[in-house]
Amino acid sequence: MKLKLKVWRQSGPDEKGRLVDYVVDNADEDMSFLELIDVLNEKLILEGEEPVAFDQDCREGICGSCDMVVNGYAHGPQKATTVCQLHLRHFKDGETVTVEPWRSVAFPVLKDLVVDRSALDRIIAAGGYISAPTGSAPEAASTPVPKPNADRAFTAAACIQCGACVAACPNGSASLFLGSKIAHLAELPQGQPERWERVVNMVEQHDAEGFGGCTNIGQCTVACPKEIPLDVIATLNREYLLATTGGRRRHIA
Amino acid sequence: MTNYVDYTVGEPVSDSAAPGGSIDTRWERHRFGVKLVNPANKRKMKIIMVGTGLAGGAAAATLGELGYQVSSFCFQDSPRRAHSIAAQGGINAAKNYRNDGDSVFRLFYDTIKGGDFRARESNVHRLAEISRQIIDQCVAQGVPFAREYGGLLDTRSFGGAQVSRTFYARGQTGQQLLLGAYQALERQVQAGTVTMYNRHEMLELIVVDGRARGIVARDLVTGETRSHMADAVVLASGGYGNVFYLSTNAKGSNVTATWRAHRKGALFANPCYTQIHPTCIPVSGEHQSKLTLMSESLRNDGRVWVPKEMGDDRNPRDIPEDQRDYFLERQYPAFGNLVPRDIASRAAKAVCDAKRGVGPTGLGVYLDFSAAIERLGRAAVAAKYGNLFDMYERITGENPYEVPMRIFPAVHYTMGGLWVDYNLQSTIPGLFVTGEANFSDHGANRLGASALMQGLADGYFVLPTTIGDYLAGAKLTPVPDDAPEVAEAEAEVAARLDRLLSIDGHRTVDSFHRELGHLMWDYCGMERSDEGLRKALDRIPELRREFWSDVKVPGSAATLNQSLEKAGRVADFLELGELMCLDALHRTESCGGHFRAESQTDDGEAKRDDENFSYVAAWEYTGQGQAPVLHKEDLVFEYVTPSQRSYK
Repeated sequence: MKLKLKVWRQSGPDEKGRLVDYVVDNADEDMSFLELIDVLNEKLILEGEEPVAFDQDCREGICGSCDMVVNGYAHGPQKATTVCQLHLRHFKDGETVTVEPWRSVAFPVLKDLVVDRSALDRIIAAGGYISAPTGSAPEAASTPVPKPNADRAFTAAACIQCGACVAACPNGSASLFLGSKIAHLAELPQGQPERWERVVNMVEQHDAEGFGGCTNIGQCTVACPKEIPLDVIATLNREYLLATTGGRRRHIA
Repeated sequence: MTNYVDYTVGEPVSDSAAPGGSIDTRWERHRFGVKLVNPANKRKMKIIMVGTGLAGGAAAATLGELGYQVSSFCFQDSPRRAHSIAAQGGINAAKNYRNDGDSVFRLFYDTIKGGDFRARESNVHRLAEISRQIIDQCVAQGVPFAREYGGLLDTRSFGGAQVSRTFYARGQTGQQLLLGAYQALERQVQAGTVTMYNRHEMLELIVVDGRARGIVARDLVTGETRSHMADAVVLASGGYGNVFYLSTNAKGSNVTATWRAHRKGALFANPCYTQIHPTCIPVSGEHQSKLTLMSESLRNDGRVWVPKEMGDDRNPRDIPEDQRDYFLERQYPAFGNLVPRDIASRAAKAVCDAKRGVGPTGLGVYLDFSAAIERLGRAAVAAKYGNLFDMYERITGENPYEVPMRIFPAVHYTMGGLWVDYNLQSTIPGLFVTGEANFSDHGANRLGASALMQGLADGYFVLPTTIGDYLAGAKLTPVPDDAPEVAEAEAEVAARLDRLLSIDGHRTVDSFHRELGHLMWDYCGMERSDEGLRKALDRIPELRREFWSDVKVPGSAATLNQSLEKAGRVADFLELGELMCLDALHRTESCGGHFRAESQTDDGEAKRDDENFSYVAAWEYTGQGQAPVLHKEDLVFEYVTPSQRSYK
């Protein structure tokens, strides 16, 4: 099959970018979208041009590296699918496809489709953990967790930190990402001792990074390849309110 | 650059540092014997960690907690993306929560036997002991393992084990365990003990006065290349399965860190031991860039079959029961579909070689869930495997609830790696190697759900203890900025990058990588023969020459340049591939994942030759295209008597 591509090219962080037209005429419907870019890049290299830079690694939808806006959708139009798992059988022969990087103030473009998502690491560093130094753990079976709580914690913990929620959000908010970590850890008995500190510190870091606020639009959960539910943001808000009610920080669970 | 089919045999490996005496107290006695570093001195000591997967992330976090200054490097944009993230099935631990007869000794025994008696007993016993603490540690971090309705942890049986000792988190155990380690790591970043170098790639090891003292790393965004110095260097850079081009590894997984250390003097052990995983999605075409694993937990409920007749291309649903060959159940009635990976893979290859394979390429077998869906109901099957079924459908466009999956073996894991002693120290003092990057615990074949166990055992518990012993006794002085070893290493890296960019030939890096991968798969894959390996050993040096004279790498070294990154990695694979073939050729026995056509039992199983090959083959680098030197570490079995593995 043949696809016409409009790909964002930008040679460096401070350079001006633009959409460049390419045609790939030897595509195959069993290819993944990244394999389509591979084919384009092989062609560009042999023609003496620089290939399109893009982030990718596991190509099985779990590492969270790949990040392309395809036809206006973060990770493309296919539901619950990272762009590395998006296959060309969902496109029409001869179709024009636009490929852009994640767009957000907090994710500066480094080159072509590669953006800097280190802000998400800093949000985790601000409190997205349970302090359990190696060796200090009690016997695993001594902390039962009711199955419904364990299941909810898991659903939230499935976030792959790709940043699609930010790219999809008109406000550029990382609330779905942030909420998923808050919901995961607040749901577990092990997460209780640091519960209030965690949410306050992570929210402050989120805001300091330049991510926007949540206004319940819900694009994030639609774009999320792991289908993190919107209610993690409700959990985030509740936790934050409980932690800061009366203008004071709570310290005890 | 002549091809080095020849090798010489050097002195045996003198000291594995493995303690003697009763095996169940070896680790405890060893821990008491190691020297300790005074807490005030830890703050002054710097450790470089390369790689942030389970082994590297866990170690960086733990060393930071202990008070060392840690510099942690990963080529990805975040430490949470290391390929451990993709492990699906689970992690073994000898908790015996099911009261089904499991114990530390049984896990030890199963691992030694599963590895086909090619691993060191001391290490494996330690691994089995530590397995229990790992689960405690991960639960405390908030890893959301699967639980029973009573709130306690669930387990399942997995990949050739007859006890239920595998802990899991749906189909993404690796991601959840890695997030635990990553979050602990980020906590130390916040505490100031760990400095992260994301998007940095180690390109050279710096050895001063015979000790590992630093690395040269390239900032992949700015292109800046500079040296980083430390008191010790730890490589936790994963396995080298991508030498086959197509594998289940992440695209970026590479051998460069360990290969650069090998060239600087670290012995490389058992490079030919690779694991071919039986349950992967078959190749669909030439464009294929990687292979996707379907967790082998699927074999708990899926039944593997092919049509009895050659060339039977009917829809699988139209093939009646009596015309199907459930070949694993037929050949291995005791273990059935749950035989270890190497055995399941070879059995699949055998039926495909006999032209009974399925799918458009004939390189596939069915993995069928219809019996499980009938027995348990669709909802129960979906609860166990839903995400895997969804992934399969996304990739193939077929719905496995309705039609059987098609699967085929693919390269998945490499048991070989840098040689390490009981302290996880390589043959270069001060260079430690953990996780898949070392060779240590899996022998010639790794059991399912044991990679995560080993990575975390090394990272959380073994290395943080043993590295202190080295640091306490090493009496290191600071390396001066103008030390010739540093300048030399930097110059080597710069020259290599320049050379790659200046060739400006006619072939892309990927085209060389693909060709190497084909050679490796055809001649050093599931079945190896004298003739085939010699062919590969003729061709690989030629291919390497072509690479260095005809590769085309556009752009410059002063910016983000992904072609240049790939070129450096493929250049190292082109050297490694040759050593793998040589190792496979020299080991004329079959064992575990290494199957030599010339060495099989009457019914086609791997036939070991304990008299001649009960050793670790540790190779010394002597120069590109030069005959390497083989150093043997004899394996002594005091607790498990080597026997012919049988899963019948």
